[in-house]
Amino acid sequence: MKVTGTAIKFGDNVDTDVILPGKYLVLIDPHELAKHAMEGLDPAFPEKAAKGVIVVGGKNFGCGSSREQAPLALKYAGVKCVLADSFARIFFRNAINIGLPVIEYKGISAAVNKGDEVAVNLEAGTIQNLTHGKSFQAAKLPPFIQEILADGGLIENLRRRLNKK
Amino acid sequence: MNITEKILAKASGKNQVQPGEIVDANVDMVMIHDLTGPLAVEAFKKIGVENVWDNKKVVVILDHQVPAESIKAAELHKMMRKFAQDQQLRIYDVGKGGICHQVMPEKGHVLPGTVIVGADSHTCTYGAFGAFATGIGSTEAAAVLATGKIWLKVPEAIKINVHGRFQRYVAPKDLILHIIGKLGAGGAIYKTAEFRGPTIRDMSIAGRMTLCNMTVEMGAKNGIVEPDEATRKFLEGRTTKMLPPFESLISDPDAMYENTIDIDVTDLTPQIAYPSSVDNVKPASEMSNVTVEQAFIGSCTNGRIEDLRVAAEILKGKMVKDGVRTLVIPASQEVYRQALNEGLIEIFTDAGALVCGSTCGPCLGGHIGLLATGETCVSTSNRNFIGRMGSKEANVYLASPATVAASAITGKITDPQELEAQKT
Repeated sequence: MKVTGTAIKFGDNVDTDVILPGKYLVLIDPHELAKHAMEGLDPAFPEKAAKGVIVVGGKNFGCGSSREQAPLALKYAGVKCVLADSFARIFFRNAINIGLPVIEYKGISAAVNKGDEVAVNLEAGTIQNLTHGKSFQAAKLPPFIQEILADGGLIENLRRRLNKK
Repeated sequence: MNITEKILAKASGKNQVQPGEIVDANVDMVMIHDLTGPLAVEAFKKIGVENVWDNKKVVVILDHQVPAESIKAAELHKMMRKFAQDQQLRIYDVGKGGICHQVMPEKGHVLPGTVIVGADSHTCTYGAFGAFATGIGSTEAAAVLATGKIWLKVPEAIKINVHGRFQRYVAPKDLILHIIGKLGAGGAIYKTAEFRGPTIRDMSIAGRMTLCNMTVEMGAKNGIVEPDEATRKFLEGRTTKMLPPFESLISDPDAMYENTIDIDVTDLTPQIAYPSSVDNVKPASEMSNVTVEQAFIGSCTNGRIEDLRVAAEILKGKMVKDGVRTLVIPASQEVYRQALNEGLIEIFTDAGALVCGSTCGPCLGGHIGLLATGETCVSTSNRNFIGRMGSKEANVYLASPATVAASAITGKITDPQELEAQKT
């Protein structure tokens, strides 16, 4: 699975309250959620993300609440992949479970500038900054996680596995 | 092995597990609530199984937007009630329960040595009872509802040894804020935080819950305390299930820890987390003239009877300052009733505080007690992120119940020890 997109950057400790404020948790339509993605930091984010972007965060991306509405809002706003120096664990799992690719690479935040073109190969765990002609090797996701992403999320993965039995 | 490793080994049918190893664990209990439950129910329906794997191991709690403040919330509650009814699940509805993390242990759903997952990040609270408990998302909760299993990476462990006696008006909340300030908001990512030492042994269950509750604010997978007599006493009358021998839940003397931290609380003073990060912690005594428009005592972090008692002790016979809306929200119906019996509700009411029915309420800015632009709230809850309690231009300071009560009286963030000193 390969994705490319323009980088939109955020700092350290981006929490799920700024990714998707609590007052919108009563919305369950992901397209509605997407209209409020990153509202706490940049209300214009959904407009910028619509063309398909790669979000690059610093340390502890997605900390705080377990709300899956946060990665859902990002995915439906047009985010193809989130790269970060490190992730909060619940966000990391949630993103994979809803089929939003995430890759952790310490130092990625310093290696990518806002607006850079970035290409990610999920199987290989490689990240390329096409603008600066540099590439980085992240730890590969375990095969069963790659399978979940390839299936489009945990529910699709589970359906396939349960039906196989 | 340490206690977390022992629980995960048993849950995955292994004799031994190592940090970093991925295990497929059997889940003993799963909890969903009114804001994470609807997505879980929708996801569950897509999996293609008819029934949950074990309806005795699922708890549904309505607590975040209760009583429904909007038609949207009412519809979600209706959906959750129907799912609970169709699947024959235990549900704690409005007036019957309270905040999920208080209700789960109160009603005997949290037992030492078990694996509990909840679609809420503060599920880690149950580590206070020697359970392995961690937060998950809605889709993952749906998968657990269908299969009763979850993959988990065995976490590296941080040992937090605590000794010394707390000074008057210094609480477990001040200790955990101090620890988060020291380790940072990402200081325990993916790890377990194991609290040990004489101070923890002497600490109330309520205090242990406050510690474990906030371990997620430094990124931890779980917080945990070995079970002991205090645990047994709390569980008495709350569960009819057989408890495991507690000796099997004690970390081995040669258990491995990635890091050990020693903390003496003797000189610890009231602590404050400044906006808008939980690790932005400084002593309350260094606070200079921060006026507040709202004071909030409640939440899964600090809405227990012990918290209300200390707040009432400070507020008794006083009035909260004009211009400070003071909200007191007992964490559960049981806590509410106990507060009534002890005369605490009367003290709060006489002091000009508003006591609300049990709900997560203002903590997550969903309903009741939202903040306007430029307003400041001092709160016993667990997060001070931008926009967490309302306007993006509002400020939230986190503190203990004693500090919030003292601040409600003076109208500015106040060290309760200093307020006490002024009296004499």
